[in-house]
Amino acid sequence: MKRSLAGRIWPNATAIVLAIGFVFPVYWMFNTAFKPTGDIISDVPVWFPVNGTFEHFVTAVNAPNFWTLAGNSVLVTVLAVGLSLLIALCGSFAISRMRFKGRKGILLTFMVAQMAPWEVMVISIYMIVRDADLLNSLVPLTFFYMLMVLPFTLLTLRGYVAAVPKELEESAMVDGCSRRQAFVKVVFPLLAPGLMATSLFGFITAWNEFPLVLVLNKEPAKGTLPLWLSQFQSQFGDDWGATMAAASIFAIPILILFLFLQRKAVGGLTAGAVKG
Amino acid sequence: MAVQLDDAVEKAAPRIGKGGAPPAGRGTGSRRSRVARGTPYLLLLPALLATAVFLGWPMVRNILLSFQTLNMKELIQHLTVWTGTGNFQEILGSGEFWRVTVRTIVFTGVNVVLIMVLGVLIGLLLARLGKKMRLTLSVALVLAWAMPVIAATTVFQWLFDSRYGVANWVLDQLGWHSMAHYDWVGTQLSTFFVITLLIVWQSLPFVALNLYAATTTIPKELYEAARMDGAGTWKVFTSVTFPFLKPFFLATTFLEVIWVFKAFPQIFAINKGGPDRLTETLPIYAFTEGVGNLHFGMGAAISLLTILVLLGMTAYYLRLTLKQEEDEL
Repeated sequence: MKRSLAGRIWPNATAIVLAIGFVFPVYWMFNTAFKPTGDIISDVPVWFPVNGTFEHFVTAVNAPNFWTLAGNSVLVTVLAVGLSLLIALCGSFAISRMRFKGRKGILLTFMVAQMAPWEVMVISIYMIVRDADLLNSLVPLTFFYMLMVLPFTLLTLRGYVAAVPKELEESAMVDGCSRRQAFVKVVFPLLAPGLMATSLFGFITAWNEFPLVLVLNKEPAKGTLPLWLSQFQSQFGDDWGATMAAASIFAIPILILFLFLQRKAVGGLTAGAVKG
Repeated sequence: MAVQLDDAVEKAAPRIGKGGAPPAGRGTGSRRSRVARGTPYLLLLPALLATAVFLGWPMVRNILLSFQTLNMKELIQHLTVWTGTGNFQEILGSGEFWRVTVRTIVFTGVNVVLIMVLGVLIGLLLARLGKKMRLTLSVALVLAWAMPVIAATTVFQWLFDSRYGVANWVLDQLGWHSMAHYDWVGTQLSTFFVITLLIVWQSLPFVALNLYAATTTIPKELYEAARMDGAGTWKVFTSVTFPFLKPFFLATTFLEVIWVFKAFPQIFAINKGGPDRLTETLPIYAFTEGVGNLHFGMGAAISLLTILVLLGMTAYYLRLTLKQEEDEL
C-alpha cells in the first residue's frame, strides 16, 4: 500500500523530534560535564562543549570519599545480584520443572513479594538493622538489595528455564548424566543469555537504590553512590559542572551495560510473549 | 524499574513452561522418589527463607511499630510503648493525611494516563517507521530508559535551574519573557510539572519499546483482514491491536501504577516534597513524618496505610491475576 508524501513525512518528523527530546537530558548532562564553568553559567546556553575540559571530572572524583563509595556501590551491587541469581536459579528450576504441593502458593508469594513497597518500609527496616547493631554496615544493604531483586530474578528465570526443551535434559540423562550434571552441562549454557538479561535489571535496581541507604548508612564513608550524588550538589553549592560530571560517572556503567544488553534483554524477555 | 519488565512479560506472556512438566521423580523405587519429592522444596528453601527474613519480618515489624509510640526518647532508651490504635486515630483524624492521599491518587492517575497514552502512541509510531529511523528512535529511548533515576533527577534539576537552566532560556526566547529566571520549585504546580515530566520521560521507553515488541507478535493476517473490511487506523487499533494485547495493557498499567505511586527519589531529590510539603506523596509523607520528624511509630502507621491505599488501587488487577492463576494451575 502506497502512502502519500505527507503520510511518509510526518512519522519520520515526529520520530526525530521525539528522539531529540529523549536524548537531550542525557546529552545535556555530558555536555555540561565537559564545558568549562564560564560556558556553563553563561546567559546564552553553549550547545556544544567546544572548549572541552576534564576539570569537573577531576573535581568530582576528588570529592571526599568518592572512591570508597564507588567501591561500596560495586561491592554491594555485584554481591546482591550474584547471590540473588544463585538462589533464584535453584528456585526457578524447581518451579518450572517440577510439580509439587504448594507450588501455586509459592509462586504467588514471589509475585506479591515483587510488589513490596520497599520505599515505605524503611522505618521498620531501620529498627531491625539498628537492633542488630548493623547500621552503617554494607552487610544489611547487600541482603536487602538481594531480596529486592530476588522475586523478579526468580520469576524471569523461570521463563528462561522453561524455554529450554526438557528433551535436551532428558537425553543427557539417558546418556548417563545425573540430573545435576544434565543441568550444569546442558541447561546452564543455554540459560546464559537469560542470566545476563536478568542480571541487568537486578544490577540497575541495586545500583540505583536510594531510600534504604539514605536511612541506614548515614556515615559519610559507608554510603553508596546514589547517596553521594544526591548530596553532591548541596556540598558543592551550585557547581553544576562538577555535579553533572558526578552524574555522568554514576550513569556511564549502566548506560554501557544497557546498550550492550538491551537487545538481548528486550528480545529475550519478550521471546516468551511470542511463543504463548 | 526492573520490576516492571518482568511482570509485563509475565502477564503479556502466557507462561511457556506450564503444563509440560511431568511430576518429579516418578517411577524409580520408593527411596529415590522420597528424595525426589523433597528436591523442589530444598531448591526453593533459600529463596523462601530469604523472603521470610528480609521481607516478611520487616513487614511484621512494620505492623507492630504502627501500634507503638516511638519517638526520639523511646528510640534512644529502647522502650516499647504500646498505644493501641492511637497512631491511626491521629492520622485518620488529621486533614493532612487525606489531602496527601488525594494528591497521591491524582498524581499517580495523571502520570499513568500520560505514560500509557503517549507510550502506546510512540510504540505504534515505531511500528510504522522505516528501519533506520526506528533504530534511531529506539536508541534514544534506550538511553532515556537506562539513565539511573538519581542521575536523571539531578539532570532535570539542572535543566530547570532558575538562573542558568536551558528550559527557562528556551521559554524566554520563545517570547514567554516572564519565564526567564522562573523558579520551578517555588510553587506546588510547577514542581509537580517538573516531577511529572521526569517520570513520564523515564517511563515512556519501557511502554513504547515493549508495545512495539508486542505488536510484532500479532499475526499479519489479522491486520490484512481488518484493512480489507475497510477499517481505518483507529478502528484497526480498537478491533485488532487492543484486544490482542489486552493482557499487556493491563499488566503495564498495573506496573506503572505501582511504579509512579512508589516514586521516591524523584520527588525527594527535586525538592524534598516542598515547597511547604505541598508535593509530598504518601511514601514521602511517611518518610518525613517517620524518619525526618522522628515519629517512627507514626511513620510506620502511615506506611501501613500507604500499602493499603496501593493495594486498593491495584485490587482489580490483583483479583484478575489470582483468578487467572487458579485457572491455569
